[in-house]
Amino acid sequence: MSRENSLVTAQWVEDNLDTDGVVLIEVDEDTTAYDKGHIRGAIKLDWTTDLQDQVRRDFVNKAQFEALLSERGVSNDDTVVLYGGNNNWFAAYAYWYFKLYGHQDVKLLDGGRKKWELDSRELTDELPTRATTSYTAQEQDPSIRAFRDEVVAAIGTQNLVDVRSPDEYAGRLLAPAHLPQEQAQRAGHIPTSVNVPWSKNANDDGTFKSDEELTALYDEVGFDTDKDTIALCRIGERSSLTWFVLTELLGRKNVKNYDGSWTEYGSLVGVPVALGDEPGSADGKGN
Amino acid sequence: MCGAKEGGLSLDGVNVAKEAVIQGQVLRSGDEPVANAYVRLLDRSGEFTAEVPTSATGHFRFFAGDGEWTLRTLAPKAEPVDTRVVAATGSVAEVQVLVTA
Repeated sequence: MSRENSLVTAQWVEDNLDTDGVVLIEVDEDTTAYDKGHIRGAIKLDWTTDLQDQVRRDFVNKAQFEALLSERGVSNDDTVVLYGGNNNWFAAYAYWYFKLYGHQDVKLLDGGRKKWELDSRELTDELPTRATTSYTAQEQDPSIRAFRDEVVAAIGTQNLVDVRSPDEYAGRLLAPAHLPQEQAQRAGHIPTSVNVPWSKNANDDGTFKSDEELTALYDEVGFDTDKDTIALCRIGERSSLTWFVLTELLGRKNVKNYDGSWTEYGSLVGVPVALGDEPGSADGKGN
Repeated sequence: MCGAKEGGLSLDGVNVAKEAVIQGQVLRSGDEPVANAYVRLLDRSGEFTAEVPTSATGHFRFFAGDGEWTLRTLAPKAEPVDTRVVAATGSVAEVQVLVTA
């Protein structure tokens, strides 16, 4: 993959608002943002209801995903362009999710909703209508999704990149300042994981930094390009953005997103946890 | 109301005693509220902590922690503006951000 295949500019989106086969989808952390105004023609996916199983902690299954996209009018051969607020956190999550279910042509709007608004481009509250389709998903691609046992096995052997803020990584906070601190799990990080906050991937306007800057960012923390990589955050959405950078922009192989992330790992019994600003050792001692 | 300015964002429903609130309004040309501006909360080291878009009336609010923070405001057709602010639990830091082209 490359920047050209996976990222589009706000201008490209504006130029393709009426192009057949291009479907804009807004996905926000604030699920009401779309209702207040969105890019003309864009449909909405609600990450809390559309993309999550409502009983188990897991994604909707293949049949549910097929039903969702069929009902919203997305076809298998459509170019899906995702965007959202919060610097595309949840749009990147949806991007990874579409890839997980095998959608071929997915792109992110560089800078997301923020860049669009800062450019003073038009938003509308008009709801689009799309004819239903018969969408067929693939089985989930296990090569891009990490589960807890692989994460534990990766300690000291693979690249583990924790993209939360430094205070969350060090164990001083359980969630980003400003957001609810509701979890009751232990604070800290997975021993040997390095901290590269998601925000270092992006410019202030939400667009991604250049390939050269991004390469330097991961070289700086001693990423071993011969090793597999697992990215994590708190609930797997900020790490989707890092997964996107590593896989789609930098073309790194064997990168997985751990959607269980800290809310799962930090609640596991018997696993090592490191505190403080340093990665810590594989045995969890010497923190 | 612990320093909340007249005409500022309502603190109804906010337990000010337990929060270190930073809030305010983004204005252009002195008194024109700027909707769709983005205010970023940066910690003491300049690290991103949070970001909110302003409301239709240009208002924003963060629940921060004790200490020094920087608000970086990005607005359409304006240069970014950095504003230093100190937050403390039990008080409300009111900030007015003026943006210019």
